[in-house]
Amino acid sequence: MTISPSQPASSVSDRASSPKSAAAIGDVADFRKAILTMPRWLSVMATLSTAAIVLTLVCLQMGTQYVSLAEVGRIIGRAFGVGETGANGSSITDTIVLQLRMPRVLLGFLVGSSLASVGVILQALLRNPLADPYILGVSSGAALGVSLAVLFGLGGMAWLIPTLPIYGFFGGLLALLVLYRMSATYDRLPVHSVLLAGVILNAIFAALIMFITSIMEPNRAFGMMAWLMGSLTATADQTLLALSIYLALCLAWLFKQVNVLNILTLGEEPARSLGVDTERAKRGILMTAALVTGAVVSVSGMIGFIGMVVPHAVRLVLGADHRLLLPASALVGGMVLMTADTFARSVFAPSELPVGIMTALAGGPFFIYLLVWRKDRLA
Amino acid sequence: MMPQQNAYEVRSLFFRYGSAHVGTSWAVQDVNLQVKAGEILGIVGPNGSGKTSLLKLLAKIVRPYTGEITLFGKSLESATHREVARQVAFVPQDNQPAFSFSVAETVLMGRFPHRHSSFWGSAFGWDSQEDCAVAQQAMRTMDVAHLAHRSVTDLSGGERQRAVIARALTQAPKVLLLDEPTAFLDLQHQLEICSILRALNEERGLTIVMVSHDLNLASQHCDRILMLKDGVVAKMGSPMDVMLPEILQAVYGCHVLVDSHPESGLPRITLPRQLH
Repeated sequence: MTISPSQPASSVSDRASSPKSAAAIGDVADFRKAILTMPRWLSVMATLSTAAIVLTLVCLQMGTQYVSLAEVGRIIGRAFGVGETGANGSSITDTIVLQLRMPRVLLGFLVGSSLASVGVILQALLRNPLADPYILGVSSGAALGVSLAVLFGLGGMAWLIPTLPIYGFFGGLLALLVLYRMSATYDRLPVHSVLLAGVILNAIFAALIMFITSIMEPNRAFGMMAWLMGSLTATADQTLLALSIYLALCLAWLFKQVNVLNILTLGEEPARSLGVDTERAKRGILMTAALVTGAVVSVSGMIGFIGMVVPHAVRLVLGADHRLLLPASALVGGMVLMTADTFARSVFAPSELPVGIMTALAGGPFFIYLLVWRKDRLA
Repeated sequence: MMPQQNAYEVRSLFFRYGSAHVGTSWAVQDVNLQVKAGEILGIVGPNGSGKTSLLKLLAKIVRPYTGEITLFGKSLESATHREVARQVAFVPQDNQPAFSFSVAETVLMGRFPHRHSSFWGSAFGWDSQEDCAVAQQAMRTMDVAHLAHRSVTDLSGGERQRAVIARALTQAPKVLLLDEPTAFLDLQHQLEICSILRALNEERGLTIVMVSHDLNLASQHCDRILMLKDGVVAKMGSPMDVMLPEILQAVYGCHVLVDSHPESGLPRITLPRQLH
């Protein structure tokens, strides 16, 4: 619709009451369909949460020994003290489901959620839909921090829980600061330049990590390599608990920032003109991204592409509003990694693949697809 | 009668980028100015004359090195970004969107400074009926109501510019700052934006400050014009007082022809056939 050039000074109220606009006036319902509303948010989140619970149960079934769904239900029931106890319940199956599979499935969910959330916030902050902690070198920065700590014996068993994530945090933060400094210097870096910076950071960090492993004693180096490939092999229950609390706090803080994230996608200056204290917001978001990545990398090594693929897919389906994008990506990311890990440990059972290899094999081609065939989406 | 209050008062303002480095030249140098409430002020000048920097200073996007800016009598420096954003809306020049928000969602972002920042409120702050009503009103004013569902990444230049101005109006500002609002638009869309701005100014008393490259557009649509050269105020006054051949020659370093617009009688600037 256009203004007739013969009336250049058409008034604001004239325009509001012109017939074409009048059709839109009463259309509050129509307008609400174009935005995210609470009912839509609730229904999507309820659906995804239900799916996550069902998928958890399915993943608990899979592995070297198949366990029926009913059996899984009974075992979980028993664990919570519901339903018939003992009788003919085989305690071996109980152990497999509760002590071997359950921590691993939950860890997978937690790590997947965290990686997807970090992907979402990095994409918003760098205004780059291909940002991912793994691709940008944040994960390898964190891995370098953790490797250094291990090399100098700073991550002793008793200290494993609280300290390793902190070294990961410093490594990840270093990578993020370099990246952010670059993007800020040039106002807005083209998508591909940021990726290139990530490639270089990855190369540097990888070289340093290789150096560290090469000067370690061989059996420690072997453990290090296995961890670097990205695996969710069972950690101690306390680790899982500590990690859950830690990540839950970080993610809760991020969920508070969703509106700010929406505004930040407009760019730093427009965001400031809309009333966001961008310096403070950026600092908080970068720190949290580094904290989450550091913690995740310290337990599960380098698991890539979840942080890029998941937010991308969720955005295509559910829209760009971070109020929904962030929590929905967290749930989907959790489900994706949980499923990938279940495959990793079931397909070649009893031996297993590092899950990082699975996600790279699935995510890499998707990344190339986006880069080559969907240039339009990359602004 | 009380004298009309000034929207902005700017006193001996200095600004440069990367203020840590001594020796960088000033982007804005000793600028003094008043923006009267309810006027349209145009900021013109050659490339790199500090037009956009001055506009960003007024929006508190960047901070002055020294000097004072007051907004409706209150110091801009001591106001929070949110407080400023409730009164001043800024329309940047480059509005390339990175993500596919719907037009309605983008426009609603203008309500951000008006949201309450309680613990949960800031997290989920569902758009209230008032927010939606203000956004819809702004979208009708800017004629983008029918685009509500469309993704901002799919809009044409003119549509996107209107959507961004709609977002600015959704802030319910008293002052609207625009950086080259017609820069990438064709003739019809230029005229459209200018007439809407004029109407907003006349009917709602909105104070408008716009940076423009286009001297004719500034001459026809602004009440007063501030001409900058190398960050210094070269001339300030009505189009009649500023758009004079000798002033333009001094500021732009190039001879131009000035006659009057056949409709409005305001100065019209034309380039000569060749540089001499």
